[in-house]
Amino acid sequence: MVLSAADKSHVKGAFSKIGGQVDDYGAETLERMFATYPQTKTYFPHFDLGKGSAQVKSHGKKVAAALGAAANNIDDIAGALSKLSDLHAQKLRVDPVNFKLLGQCFLVVVASRNPALLTPEVHASLDKFLCAVGTVLTAKYR
Amino acid sequence: MVHWTAEEKQLITGLWAKVNVEECGAEALARLLIVYPWTQRFFDNFGNLSSPTAIIGNPKVRAHGKKVLTSFGEAIKNLDNLKGTYSKLSELHCDKLHVDPENFRLLGDILVIVLAAHFTKDFTPACQATWQKLVGLVAHALARKYH
Repeated sequence: MVLSAADKSHVKGAFSKIGGQVDDYGAETLERMFATYPQTKTYFPHFDLGKGSAQVKSHGKKVAAALGAAANNIDDIAGALSKLSDLHAQKLRVDPVNFKLLGQCFLVVVASRNPALLTPEVHASLDKFLCAVGTVLTAKYR
Repeated sequence: MVHWTAEEKQLITGLWAKVNVEECGAEALARLLIVYPWTQRFFDNFGNLSSPTAIIGNPKVRAHGKKVLTSFGEAIKNLDNLKGTYSKLSELHCDKLHVDPENFRLLGDILVIVLAAHFTKDFTPACQATWQKLVGLVAHALARKYH
């Protein structure tokens, strides 16, 4: 699936509007993912996953930064996330289905925190973008 | 056998009481057709689906969205018997409509996003978890009679 010029513009615009709150978006995305899809917790046995966990906040920030980096380099997401792609393939090996679950939760966070931002068109573009990110992160799995 | 806690039932019925079924249904179906355009394959007779604007304004989309979400309302009245509630609809979607059950999961995810946009901070993680459980079970019930 290819991101059109309009998709890229929608994604960049969305992240620009989210701005500095992106760290909170990341943390809340993870919180929702763990609550909604408990099987995703199996990748974090070493974390405190309780409410307000500092580890979840910190990890959410990392996830958000990666999404932001991908949005900023949207013409070359594979390049921007190359190291993360290696990490997921060699070390983390998160099953590919989980990227969809994270994506769903990110969209729910955007919808609940900034519904005006998530027009149907932006929704479609962000969904495509999140799919593209998941594809890049799992590209080197085998 | 599905188990619902009292809290889950409250999160479902409490939220549903505030949902405008017509608006929400129309929005959910429109977004399904926009975000996952291949789902338009089932709606050849709906007329103009050529752009997001056309889809959102399309009266058949609105009407069908309302129909779909009204059916959801029936499920909510029968949380302990989703299988029974959707038995005939499951046969219909398989035998007559030929809808891949994956589409039920896609619509369910979209519905959750529409609810999140509508209820904003009231759509807590616990609320989302309960509603994702519900849409998953509805999708499962609708797929149950497939053969």
